Amino acid sequence: MEVGRRFVLRSASATGAFAALLAAGLLRPAQALAATWNKVAFGAKNPADALKGIGATSTAESKEVQLDLPQIAENGAVVPIEVSSKVPGTTSIAVIIEKNPFPLVAQFEFMEGALPYVKLNAKVGESSAVRAVADAGGKFYSASKEVKVTIGGCGG
Amino acid sequence: MPGPMKIRATAEAGYTEIRVLMSHPMETGLRKGPDGKLVPAHFIQNITVKVGGKTVVEGQISQAISRNPVFAFRVKGGNKGDKVEISWVDNKGEHNQTETAVA
Repeated sequence: MEVGRRFVLRSASATGAFAALLAAGLLRPAQALAATWNKVAFGAKNPADALKGIGATSTAESKEVQLDLPQIAENGAVVPIEVSSKVPGTTSIAVIIEKNPFPLVAQFEFMEGALPYVKLNAKVGESSAVRAVADAGGKFYSASKEVKVTIGGCGG
Repeated sequence: MPGPMKIRATAEAGYTEIRVLMSHPMETGLRKGPDGKLVPAHFIQNITVKVGGKTVVEGQISQAISRNPVFAFRVKGGNKGDKVEISWVDNKGEHNQTETAVA
């Protein structure tokens, strides 16, 4: 729980969103101590808001962020996405599928010797750009790739 | 209903690869069931990976993760026999955890 709280404090205070949430009474200290889920970022309906939600107001394209996914996905319900970051000091990786109803798919925090690497399967609703965003000390680096979906991942 | 997890941790050159399969419907809340009504959202939100008792990865995920989620993580070093624990919590407060030893 200690780590969860630190994560919230760090990720939210970076944008001042934490103060705003506190002021709005949306985030009570008791909730901040529980397992956290970034409702604002995950509830965002467009990629720009999702990025803002995770504190990434500006991102720089970087070849150090490696994103691997199929060019064509026959089944949008299961699209394998592999991300790793070579940016020194990467502490978290987020995955955004730009055209999904809720673009933010996941965000992982790495600590205690975990390598900035994650592999996951995601649902992709329609052909879309997929963006990986790595956070290194408050600076955000990203890479994106298109995936073409022949059968959608939603409504199936 | 959420079922058991499968987990495997293997020592590779310089790092430990952790793979996990979770049994979960991962309902988006946007899909209609046979009765034409929306199936309520039911999905994992938080994942925690611990190695040797220390938290190494904390993940937050959305309903866009595929049904029966599969993840792979990598942790520097690691010795055979180290304990690896993975747990998750979903939006209904259901939770599950499992553990294995690095092989």
